Amino acid sequence: MINYIIQRVVHAVIIIVLVSLAVFLLIRMLPGDPIEIIVSQNTLASYGPEYYDQLAHEYGLDRPVMIQFVDWFGNIIRGEFGNSILHNFNIGEQIKDRLTVTLLLGLTAFVISFIVGPLLGIISAIRRGTWIDNLVTVVANIGITAPTFWIGILLIYFVGLKAGLLPLYGYTLPWTDLGLSIRQSIMPIIVIALSPIASSARQMRSSVLEVLNEDYVRTAWAKGLKEKAVIYKHVMKNSLMPVITLQGTMLRQIIGGQVVVETVFVIPGLGKMMVDAFLSNDYPVVQAVTLVMTIVVVISSLVVDFLYGWIDPRIQYE
Amino acid sequence: MGRLLTVTGLSTEFRTERGVVKAVDNVSYHVDESEIIGLVGESGCGKSVSQLSIMRLIPDPPGRVVAGTAVFDGVDLLQFKRDSSEICEIRGNKMSMVFQEPMTSLNPAMTIGRQMAEVMLVHMNIDKNEARERAENMLMQVGIPDPGKRLDDYPHQLSGGMRQRVMVGMSMLCDPKMIIADEATTALDATIQAQLLELMYEMVNKYHTALIMVTHNLGIVARYAHRINVMYAGRIIESGTVKAIWANPMHPYTEGLLSCVPKLGEKLLSIKGMPPSLINRPPTCAFLSRCRYRNSGCFSEPARELTHVEGQHSTACNRRLEAAGL
Repeated sequence: MINYIIQRVVHAVIIIVLVSLAVFLLIRMLPGDPIEIIVSQNTLASYGPEYYDQLAHEYGLDRPVMIQFVDWFGNIIRGEFGNSILHNFNIGEQIKDRLTVTLLLGLTAFVISFIVGPLLGIISAIRRGTWIDNLVTVVANIGITAPTFWIGILLIYFVGLKAGLLPLYGYTLPWTDLGLSIRQSIMPIIVIALSPIASSARQMRSSVLEVLNEDYVRTAWAKGLKEKAVIYKHVMKNSLMPVITLQGTMLRQIIGGQVVVETVFVIPGLGKMMVDAFLSNDYPVVQAVTLVMTIVVVISSLVVDFLYGWIDPRIQYE
Repeated sequence: MGRLLTVTGLSTEFRTERGVVKAVDNVSYHVDESEIIGLVGESGCGKSVSQLSIMRLIPDPPGRVVAGTAVFDGVDLLQFKRDSSEICEIRGNKMSMVFQEPMTSLNPAMTIGRQMAEVMLVHMNIDKNEARERAENMLMQVGIPDPGKRLDDYPHQLSGGMRQRVMVGMSMLCDPKMIIADEATTALDATIQAQLLELMYEMVNKYHTALIMVTHNLGIVARYAHRINVMYAGRIIESGTVKAIWANPMHPYTEGLLSCVPKLGEKLLSIKGMPPSLINRPPTCAFLSRCRYRNSGCFSEPARELTHVEGQHSTACNRRLEAAGL
């Protein structure tokens, strides 16, 4: 078990380094760079090319790429993310604030989808063919096919603008103003959670239907267990296995998908920060944000793998 | 010995896309207290379905018990719904079942101990510790070494034979009046099969439990059962004591089955042909197309019901009933 954990952690570190390197190289291959933007945006436009070289030298961008990478990664290990080239803010502090927002929304949506999705799946599997099953199927199909930004816009228009029930945009931390925070979170969380709820409900439904036909479920019935006990003790845990795999990929999707949701609802989260940084080619910000997102994704896969072992005793960590 | 189970006119159907399959068609039999009954027939003849029907374990849809009564210990089991609390109180408690598939009949995500304790916690008024103790004691009785440690094992850590021992033990935990062993040893290799049969025989004798052995192996039944019911195409076509049937099989199908029991040094025989489809069965004898003794009468007369001939011996063969003047 300990060997397995060490092995997985080493893998994780390798993945993180490789992803960072790839992003580091790719962003430098894109046309345009932050220095160009500074030079062209400012009144300094009248300055000559030597000013460009001077700025590039100042930010260390004239050095060979590999040296820049090693230098940057060394700083990261020491916990220094550096400053934004364009806006000069401290990236580390900014990420801390924004990651809090993103994780608060994302994890809440994740937990909700992990409870609601399988629950809907179980209900529609047990009541197969009834109106409730049909309703869940229809809603699940909408949830999977409808683009998140569209759902977000619809919600803003009907719930926010027309009905005036909830604030249209923005985000407040729960420890600043709990009531406002909850009211502002409802719509984004619905939008984020809808697709994971839909796909896990569908997965759970088919998984439960499969497990209901298993011999050990017949054994459970033959023991004289009531329906509730059969479902709760014998069907649920066994049908959760494929759902957990799916849910693992969902966590990545949720964190990644928040880029869109944060843009639609104007939420100061990590996703919004990433979009802004990419649009302006702000190298250190892009690098730092992708690094953090990679770490979140890698950790979520680790958690899923360990959850597997808890659910299915046949899995051995060797 | 009192009457424990009386099944009368049991019929079970499955609605499929190709039509209604009459898997069990007007079957009647009885089981006395602490009696061992063999229910014999080839695959698909309805022997398992008839047993699942009286346990109310037929999945509905597509299956449905359409007629009959099954009075067990004074109560008609067929009046209850599949998941009613009345039937749940009987299942696993007064009447339990051992299934064919030892590899898949135990929950892979639950320890043996918890699965065994579960059935006692449902039916008996005992706490978890006592349930565990009893489970350990039962594992010892069914011959599992180091039972205390085995309780915390998961099914995948046990061999097929051991799992079936666990199943047998589990079926005995609440001291049932009757056990249905549905092909309980079929999936195991011959030596383990023999051990398990001996074990089940010992256990039911010790606790005076009635046993219905569902199998396609006449050899097994002959050794342990008191009486045999032979099923063919959803009906019981011959019934009698082991002795009577062995000495004088009245139905050509039973005769065929007996000749199929392997004997050392002899060529293995088989009954030629296939059993008929259970959708739209003809009114004539279902065994007609495979029968060696058929005559012109067999083609025109409708199939006879199981009719008593002599002693405890009954048959449904038109020709034999005619010969006996019935």
